Amino acid sequence: MKFVDEYRDHDVAQKLIAEIKRTVTRPWVLMEVCGGQTHSIVKYGLDYLLPKEVELVHGPGCPVCVTPIEMIDRAHAIARRPDVIFCSFGDMLRVPGSNGDLFQVKAAGSDVRIVYSPLDCLRIASANPDKKVVFFAIGFETTAPANSMSVWQAKAQGIRNYSVLVSHVMVPPSITGILQSPNNRVQGFLGPGHVCAVMGYREYEPIAERYKVPIVITGFEPLDLLEGVLMTVRQLEQGRAEVENQYARAVTRDGNVPAQNMISRVFKIADRSWRGIGIIPKSGYRLNYEFRDYDAERIFEVENILAKEPAICISGQVLRGLKKPHDCPAFGKECTPQSPLGATMVSAEGACAAYYNYGRHMVAVETVGARG
Amino acid sequence: MCLAIPGKIVEFHERSGVRMGKIDYGGITRDACLEYIPDAVIGDYVMVHVGFAISKVDEEEAARTYQILAELDQLQELDTPEPEIGPLAVTREAQRREEKT
Repeated sequence: MKFVDEYRDHDVAQKLIAEIKRTVTRPWVLMEVCGGQTHSIVKYGLDYLLPKEVELVHGPGCPVCVTPIEMIDRAHAIARRPDVIFCSFGDMLRVPGSNGDLFQVKAAGSDVRIVYSPLDCLRIASANPDKKVVFFAIGFETTAPANSMSVWQAKAQGIRNYSVLVSHVMVPPSITGILQSPNNRVQGFLGPGHVCAVMGYREYEPIAERYKVPIVITGFEPLDLLEGVLMTVRQLEQGRAEVENQYARAVTRDGNVPAQNMISRVFKIADRSWRGIGIIPKSGYRLNYEFRDYDAERIFEVENILAKEPAICISGQVLRGLKKPHDCPAFGKECTPQSPLGATMVSAEGACAAYYNYGRHMVAVETVGARG
Repeated sequence: MCLAIPGKIVEFHERSGVRMGKIDYGGITRDACLEYIPDAVIGDYVMVHVGFAISKVDEEEAARTYQILAELDQLQELDTPEPEIGPLAVTREAQRREEKT
């Protein structure tokens, strides 16, 4: 496939790795922000190919993972209603709440449907006027243009039986939170390519400057990630801390302005709770007042449902780059993708699930530990 | 989750007043919303996420990046003794300077 295959070229990857080895003179800790990047890194074993000085830690950018458990419980409460068709992206269905997951809710007879795009929900709503169609609107800034458009179009088309359960989060506040943590180890970031395709990367420039940390906006293919590592290491070795754009084929400094305009018409910035981390101020979106009639939390009065995480799970520390999946005593034992105990095991893009799916629970801990 | 796939626009149409298009992903076609790429034309490549095109793929930039990566080996021969700036950075900066002039 064009713009995919050429970025998986083995020979070029080897050259990039050689160049990284030539550049690095001392240890550096880099964080890839996005769960999709984590998945690629573990899938292709890129972290094993890097010199031992370069340690990759895995960031909080998996929206499925960081959707708080009480939002999952609220989704279940809504989905169980007989008058509701509950729609979601497929990867949310297996995420455990306090009492099972959406698959179990569906198995018990509720109408839970997987959609490819939020616009599909509008067609379902038009075809089922006697039902209330609710979409679980989760995601980072990448998904916000799609989710906000569905609400905008519902209003424009006069579709009254559609609403959204919003749990939207934003990347920059989470990066800032990591950098402000007294235990922070991260010295450079591979920035989130597709988030920046939408938002551009201007908002990362003050972060790089203030915290003296290089941020290289990076794509998702193996060569993108290796070049992102090279650019970040090069900055660190040269004592620079700038925002650079590795993913220039898809990202511009200003991003997608029409998409940003739609996001700000429909959503406003709000405090958000992150699974495994807690509340981060001004770290997500909620619906603007003008769209309150499309707010599922308000319509179904689920705002008071609260919940707590299992105590054993260390996903909060994994999401902040403080621990690796195999540092957890439950990893690969009580906690697997089939029966996840917490955030980072629930989605294929979560660090724990990626490690498990690519067999790292079977690798000797000391080997993995030494190589990150 | 934030996965976006590059595909080629092969057709435009409208659904309920929304600008849509048929996107070809190396043989598989699927509809996507093109409202956010108002200047897109047939034949353009776009990055598609959950049924929405979120950015246009800059083909020149893609070709240039790949070319730079593929030529890493040859560039090493031209490497200067200065340890601070590697060949990739030199080439990219030089190219940008050239573009500006």
